[in-house]
Amino acid sequence: MTISIDHLIWMYETMYKIRYYEDKMAEAYAEGKNPVFNIGAGPVPGEMHLATGQEPAAVGICVHLKKEDTVTSPHRPHHHAIAKGVNLNRMTAEIFGKVTGLGKGKGGHMHLFDPDVKFSCGGIVGAGIPHALGAALAAKKKGTDWVAVAFIGEGAANQGAFHESLNMAALWNLPLIVVIENNQYGISVPKSASTSVPSNDIRAVAYGIKGYYVKDNDPIEMYNVSKEAVERARKGEGPSIIEIETYRYLGHFQGDPEVYRDKNEVALLREKDPIVRMRQFLMKEHGIEEQRLIELENKARQEVEAAYQFARESDYPEPEDALKDLFV
Amino acid sequence: MQKTKQRLLTGNKAIAEAIRLEMERDPNVFVMGEDVGVYGGIFGATEGLFQQFGPKRVIDTPISETAFIGAAIGAAAEGMRPIVELMFVDFFGVCMDQIYNHMAKIPYMSGGRVKLPIVLMTAVGGGYSDAAQHSQTLYATFAHLPGMKVVAPSTPYDLKGMMISAIRDDNPVVFMFHKTLQGLGWMDQLDASVGHVPEEAYIVPIGKAKVVREGTDITIVGIQMTTHHALEAAKKLEQHGIQAEVIDLRSLVPLDRETILQSIKKTHRLLVVDEDYLSYGMTAEIAALAAEEGLYDLDAPVRRLAVPDVPIPYSRPLEQFVLPNADKIFHEAMKLVNE
Ligand SMILES: Cc1ncc(C[n+]2csc(CCOP(=O)(O)OP(=O)(O)O)c2C)c(N)n1
Ligand SMILES: [Mg+2]
Repeated sequence: MTISIDHLIWMYETMYKIRYYEDKMAEAYAEGKNPVFNIGAGPVPGEMHLATGQEPAAVGICVHLKKEDTVTSPHRPHHHAIAKGVNLNRMTAEIFGKVTGLGKGKGGHMHLFDPDVKFSCGGIVGAGIPHALGAALAAKKKGTDWVAVAFIGEGAANQGAFHESLNMAALWNLPLIVVIENNQYGISVPKSASTSVPSNDIRAVAYGIKGYYVKDNDPIEMYNVSKEAVERARKGEGPSIIEIETYRYLGHFQGDPEVYRDKNEVALLREKDPIVRMRQFLMKEHGIEEQRLIELENKARQEVEAAYQFARESDYPEPEDALKDLFV
Repeated sequence: MQKTKQRLLTGNKAIAEAIRLEMERDPNVFVMGEDVGVYGGIFGATEGLFQQFGPKRVIDTPISETAFIGAAIGAAAEGMRPIVELMFVDFFGVCMDQIYNHMAKIPYMSGGRVKLPIVLMTAVGGGYSDAAQHSQTLYATFAHLPGMKVVAPSTPYDLKGMMISAIRDDNPVVFMFHKTLQGLGWMDQLDASVGHVPEEAYIVPIGKAKVVREGTDITIVGIQMTTHHALEAAKKLEQHGIQAEVIDLRSLVPLDRETILQSIKKTHRLLVVDEDYLSYGMTAEIAALAAEEGLYDLDAPVRRLAVPDVPIPYSRPLEQFVLPNADKIFHEAMKLVNE
């Protein structure tokens, strides 16, 4: 399959932006938590699940999506949000608990909602799948070619909502794509201890739908299978599952002691970093000048810096605002 | 060498020790839940158990709450004594059918012929910006539905003693521990999360409240964190010449009505404080008790302090606005004694 250079560039740029965003978030999160880590302290309190290393899953499918397509995401949402085009300033402000945030500071990092680009996420494992199912149902009822993508972790594929939703999506032939990011762990539990099959694309058979598997965190392969899955969904050819083998470089959440895995594991994973691989691929296979990539990287960093600055400079909500927005 | 008199444990270690002692005593006791194995529970409640008992008795489950809580019911009906952990109480939504239509009702519907000795252990509480889906206590949600004992101990001593009671109880017990009272290194460090815990097995009965501070001017009823906030407020009230009596409820079901009624006979004023939502909750239940059975003992209307009927917001100023604390209790108490 030939891929347009624009798509390749967009994927690289967006992966780079995500990585830089997450690195900065790790720093911001650590502020106020030194020398003693306290989850409630600092400018970014609460749990923090970062997606460093998992960029290919987000960009490989979002490159095929338009604004009208829906994306739902779990507790680890930043890469999906960025790839779907969520307003970066307002997303960052939300994570800093500011009044300019997407939810005026009410939601936080696990609860980002940007209806302008049809993005949502949540902290209950598996809960986003039925929401995407409903968006797919609405798309079909409205007679559009819109699709809905539910991103989940491999751990969520053992939740009832996964199986119920896929059965219904298949039964009603809905444009739903469930992307499973297999980062090998659900918190401390390795996939082999939670999942009865080696990979979740196999489970597609149970619903009579398409299953795809992408190995080695490969953005290009993710691009290819996603293209097919999205095109099929748009044409009314039904739902699919995509499982991508991906890597979680960091702990489940920031501050995770990671007693359950070998410290070497991550070092080995980082050696095959997908962003580094993609950069080389663009230069070697597509003859893209390094200078051009450097310019893209600078631009991405500036955008991220601006978002963090916007978040830090914004005001906190008034305490009494807590009582607003319960009913619209 | 002289032994130190007071062995101190954190809340999480007190719970884990209770489970360990019961597992040593009774081979039917086992633990199931997410990350309860090598990780030792996200809030440390099963620390060290996997290392001692291995994966057959300390079982990491997939993220399938309906199935593993349902499985606890099936195993309990076979005579096992499962302890299942629901990582955060907020996740009850995905498995509530098993909890309240089955675990809570089967003993009754079977005319008492099916026993379900299950401990459903779960983490509650907010205050560290974990937002609307990870910060609730939901005390009343469980206490409202008949068929489950519901306990929420506030000290390491009670956590251990009540966990042992819960495991030995032939009924389903919902055992709620407060995250901030676990004494974990990565949360706020509270003195209250460390306390004296004897080494041996002992029981703290389910259904007995505790007067944790005696006073004559006002009764403050709390549970878990709000008990500790109330004790702090009581110190400040004392500086204003007011002697507050503080009651730690410890159990929501059964509710120790007698201890509350006795106290208001003495103080004639009642303030109820809860980290759960205000409406239809624990504060309303205790206020109703006072109205029904203690009205003539009261010199002023009952006051309530709880989360003002909104989900727990993320941003710090918003969250601090909705959660009760010592200052708010102090101010409510001052208003009440001046009425
Ligand atoms: C219903 C429910 N159960 C448990 C949790 C706690 N929890 C949060 S993330 C997580 C692991 C999720 O693993 P996976 O789906 O593989 O996603 P990953 O964290 O690896 O991205 C668990 C158990 C939750 N949030 N919701
Ligand atoms: Mg995972």
